[in-house]
Amino acid sequence: MIEKIRQLGEKGLDFCESFGYSGMILIRSIIRKPDLKHGFRGLVEQLYNEGILSLIIIMVSALFIGMVLGLQGYNILEKFGTTQALGQLIALSIARELGPVVTALLFAGRAGSALTAEIGLMKATEQLSCMEMMAVDPLHRVIAPRFWAGFISMPVLATIFSAIAIYGGYLVGVKWLGVDSGAFWSNMQATVDFRIDVVNGIIKSFVFGFVATWIAVFQGYNCVPTSEGISRATTRSVVYSSLSVLGLDFILTALMVGGW
Amino acid sequence: MNNFVTIRNLTFKRRNRIIFDDVNFDIPKGKITAIMGPSGSGKTTLLKLIGGQLYPQIGTVEVDHQNVHKLSRNKLYQLRRKMGLLFQRGALFTNISVFDNVAFPIREHTNLNEAMIRDLVLMKLEFVGLRNAHQLMPSQLSGGMERRVALARAIALDPQMIMYDEPFTGQDPISMGVLVKLIKELNDSLETTSIIVSHDVAEASSIADYIYLIANGKVIGQGTPEELNKTKSPHVMQFLKGLPDGPVPFHYPGKTLEDDLQLL
Amino acid sequence: MMNNNRRLEILVGLFMIAGFVAFAFLAIKVSGLTTLNNSDTYQVFADFTNIGDLKVRAPVTVAGVTIGRVSSIILDPKTYEARVTLEIENNTKNIPTDSTANIFTAGLLGSNYISITPGFSDVFLKSGDTIENTNQAMILQNIVGQLMYNLNKKE
Repeated sequence: MIEKIRQLGEKGLDFCESFGYSGMILIRSIIRKPDLKHGFRGLVEQLYNEGILSLIIIMVSALFIGMVLGLQGYNILEKFGTTQALGQLIALSIARELGPVVTALLFAGRAGSALTAEIGLMKATEQLSCMEMMAVDPLHRVIAPRFWAGFISMPVLATIFSAIAIYGGYLVGVKWLGVDSGAFWSNMQATVDFRIDVVNGIIKSFVFGFVATWIAVFQGYNCVPTSEGISRATTRSVVYSSLSVLGLDFILTALMVGGW
Repeated sequence: MNNFVTIRNLTFKRRNRIIFDDVNFDIPKGKITAIMGPSGSGKTTLLKLIGGQLYPQIGTVEVDHQNVHKLSRNKLYQLRRKMGLLFQRGALFTNISVFDNVAFPIREHTNLNEAMIRDLVLMKLEFVGLRNAHQLMPSQLSGGMERRVALARAIALDPQMIMYDEPFTGQDPISMGVLVKLIKELNDSLETTSIIVSHDVAEASSIADYIYLIANGKVIGQGTPEELNKTKSPHVMQFLKGLPDGPVPFHYPGKTLEDDLQLL
Repeated sequence: MMNNNRRLEILVGLFMIAGFVAFAFLAIKVSGLTTLNNSDTYQVFADFTNIGDLKVRAPVTVAGVTIGRVSSIILDPKTYEARVTLEIENNTKNIPTDSTANIFTAGLLGSNYISITPGFSDVFLKSGDTIENTNQAMILQNIVGQLMYNLNKKE
């Protein structure tokens, strides 16, 4: 029993230690004077890797999620004879929740795992250590652009996701199931508030982007530099960022809706 | 003394395992010094201690008369520009081409324009004989070529000292010969201080001016290759001749075979 | 090498533009941002004995056309009435001072909104004025309760 409690305490201490360490890594990589000569180029490269390469999966998932939501919503609303409310149902659930959350989960799976594996591999093949010996700080040259790119591309992806998902709902609801197009959009516009629904959704996606990228780069940077270590770190990166995204989503929603 | 690197009373432990126990090294300027020892004797660790990536528990490491582990971050980074380290596996950046790999340190630390960088990089690649391979990606290179590109990158900024981490391991005889020639040429033409960490006795002693033999965290022998060949120390003899049994036992320490099989 | 750089930069630029387009779509088409612009509105007050389920941001209409939104609801500590601030768009300047503000429900179970029935005065409401005539919200439970009471009495 005492042993169990001791192990729990050890786990807690380990957690605090790695949390603090990862925070330090983050601060050391992003707080410094910006280096325009190399910084911009690295950022563009990473925006391509993290943003554009995730775009296809984000767009396809968005279209299908929007279409499914249209279909399901229609079937439920039909029972109450209020199929005109389909627009607001789709727009609210996507702009507030599904857009940021699903994008963040997909982002963690697509870009986050790739980041962890890439950085882990650079560590295992001594590329990071080699960079350090060449008097180049890998935190600045490797970690920082990847972090910023994730932080920037996540909200962009989430916005694109929301727009496409709502369009998918429109396709199914209006074009296929015959909800009146005018009622669809005007009901949506009457209920969706720009500040409370759209902007809050984007704020969420910024937070998720921050957390998911942070976890991904830290897991890569801190992994055991063997092939087994990299595969473990990649799994951990996806699991931790997905859980953090879902947990944070609850907290943020409580803050935004509950008016804490 | 005209030393580029001076190591005094160095003790380094990793998780209670003593890797170095109060050792001293002098690496003379402009000479080739080989550090040899069996696998796991901490040779790579020594290079990382010199490069300031690891910190010793006791002792000092001075490079170019500066204590590596007392320097501020900026000073350490400045000092590192005087050193090149050739990693055991090359450690080329896999996502950029051979050309960009060699150009990387030049782009980082100088403000030269692209045309000058191009000339410099091609000259360095010419030296290692891979000028025509500059467009290839690291994945398209053989192990020996990878190491030569890494060498070109390590000398891109003309460092005063180059450390070679196991440069001959896993190389076929031809690439080994090429590397030996390159290291020798670098040392002769540029008077670069060289540290070679290796367990390939023949190659290392063919070019080294001075050899340190380490085992179990201690220096067990040192001297010029000729001096070492004459020593009678059983440790040195066993390592240099490659005898299977000797002071370093063939068997992993533990119970005797008789005990284990319960023979009496 | 140089071409590759340009291609990358163009793609990233397009990606960013796609983000902005999506953002504009969400702002304009989904949340109908253009209907309310804070800069050209004026404020009018109205006191209600009961606002029912009225919320901030509920629409303010005349003859069913939205002309503004509710911007705040506070309780007047002296009269115990709800003081509602209405943000009316500037292009609806001519609301007579003797107009009546009602709280209606959209559909049977929908959300509440304010409907202004114009009066006959030649004097129009200015910024900071208060609408004197108000009808409190129709609360479904009260109406049903009254109906039941009346039905019972008849029997």
